Amino acid sequence: MSIQGKVWKYSDDVNTDVIFPGKYTYTITDPKEMAFHALEDLDSKFAKEVKKEDIIVAGRNFGCGSSREQAATCLKYAGVGAIVAKSFSRIFFRNAINQGLPLVQCKEAVENISSGELIEIDFEKGKLLCKKGIFNFPPLPESVLGILKDGGLIPYTRKILKIKKGE
Amino acid sequence: MGKTFAEKILALKSGKESVITGEIVTVSPDIVMSHDNTAAIAKKFKQIGIDKVKHPEKIVIPLDHCIPAATEKYAANHKEIREFVQEQKIENFYDINIGVCHQVLPEKGHILPATMILGADSHTTTYGAFGAFSTGIGRSEVASIWATDKIWLRVPETIKINIEGEIPPGISSKDIILHIIGDLGADGALYKAVEFSGKVIREMDIGGRMTLCNMAVEMGAKIGYVEPDEKTIQWLVARTNKKYEIIKSDTDAKFEKISDYDISKLEPQIACPHTVDNVKPVSKVVGTKINQALIGTCTNGRLEDLKIASKILHGKKISSGVRLLVFPASMEVFAQAMELGILQELVKSGAVIMNPGCGPCLGAHEGALAPGEVCLSTANRNFKGRMGCKEAEVYLASPAIVAISSLYGEITDIRGSLK
Repeated sequence: MSIQGKVWKYSDDVNTDVIFPGKYTYTITDPKEMAFHALEDLDSKFAKEVKKEDIIVAGRNFGCGSSREQAATCLKYAGVGAIVAKSFSRIFFRNAINQGLPLVQCKEAVENISSGELIEIDFEKGKLLCKKGIFNFPPLPESVLGILKDGGLIPYTRKILKIKKGE
Repeated sequence: MGKTFAEKILALKSGKESVITGEIVTVSPDIVMSHDNTAAIAKKFKQIGIDKVKHPEKIVIPLDHCIPAATEKYAANHKEIREFVQEQKIENFYDINIGVCHQVLPEKGHILPATMILGADSHTTTYGAFGAFSTGIGRSEVASIWATDKIWLRVPETIKINIEGEIPPGISSKDIILHIIGDLGADGALYKAVEFSGKVIREMDIGGRMTLCNMAVEMGAKIGYVEPDEKTIQWLVARTNKKYEIIKSDTDAKFEKISDYDISKLEPQIACPHTVDNVKPVSKVVGTKINQALIGTCTNGRLEDLKIASKILHGKKISSGVRLLVFPASMEVFAQAMELGILQELVKSGAVIMNPGCGPCLGAHEGALAPGEVCLSTANRNFKGRMGCKEAEVYLASPAIVAISSLYGEITDIRGSLK
């Protein structure tokens, strides 16, 4: 499991309200429509210009604030391939994994990556390749990785309950 | 070596002899809470491919985020929830006339010490005020728990926060927690259990403890916790007949960090735009003009909060440039405030009394801000765009500061009027 993408770099404490404003939480239900509002109150260019497998690189405490899962959903459906940050807020961390959106916690890498550059991440090997070099990061715990590999918590739950199909 | 509350309860709920910090355990929660997001969760639940929730008796659903429905879309959302509740035979459903989830669950006796409550809302940390383990989770996780009765949790390290000294006049639990968040930062307790203790906590009423635990998540905490005592037991007597045990940290438990605060000289605290940890003493922001003042929400919409406001506003009129919105946190609080004449006082002063609910806290409806406007609020978040407009500013403060500031149309130090 590896990806290559262009970097969108942001600072510390990017909160769920700027990722996906609260005023949309009950009015927008289609994930594709959520994607149009991704990072709306932080960077108005993002939703218009983001490409599939682009990578968000951010500082500390990414996704702090609300438990709204749409903060992860809107980024996933906007095409974001992974988020690299110095640290993640705990509910956002869970929501991203549960949406099948991979996260990398690596302070050193964040400090060495610039906005707009192309980086490569190998999740299995725990390696991140950027212009300034290769950075290692600890892989996610096995139980958490399992959810990610199944494409998120809903398909994972379906699997453990051994339900063949269900929409 | 002794164990912390978090270690003990996660061992209990995962059926293990003992657990260590960092360990990932699988647990069955006692209560699973969701609110207006229940319709979206129900859709995810159906995607799993089963028809019936495993434990309808564990599910509690209060409607609160946008009540009554602001538009057809919200109305359809509420309708789907009511239908789901009927279909799944969920008895603990509270419709639009009951109040905000974090006030309603304790009031209705759903919260007991040493129980585990997981909620699709970040401020689920509130119930730590009763010695429960409670934290926020996402929508998919609630759907998955409905189906399996299980979820993974990491055993958190615990930070102990000792609060000592004498609470100065005009200072409340809101000022204390804002001060701590300002000091530790928005990620100062990331992934950690935060245990509040010390003389000030022992003397603090249950409402004040709820405010502390409610806002623990604003410094990244997984849970807030206050050791249950006689006050907790007395509060619960009136709410429930259910039996419960009490779990406390051992005296020789290993805390990751112990922080001591003496609040004897604390000034009123204000969280300035646009982050909750951008906290300043009131003296630094006195004179900031405000357009709207808000008293309410799951942080500060309790009877004692409204009492303080009505005392300050008694016989006076709010500034002509200010809109004062009051949202009692629940219908119970609303009814009590009415009986005590508090609402009448507030109305005479020029306040608009709103129905119990989240109101404009998350920008969904009721009292949204226009570009360039400033709101001083008793809520818990002031992120850019939080109250519906990214060109507006939100300051957070105690009910006393919000009330006195609404009289002058600008941020005002309550201590001036106490002399």
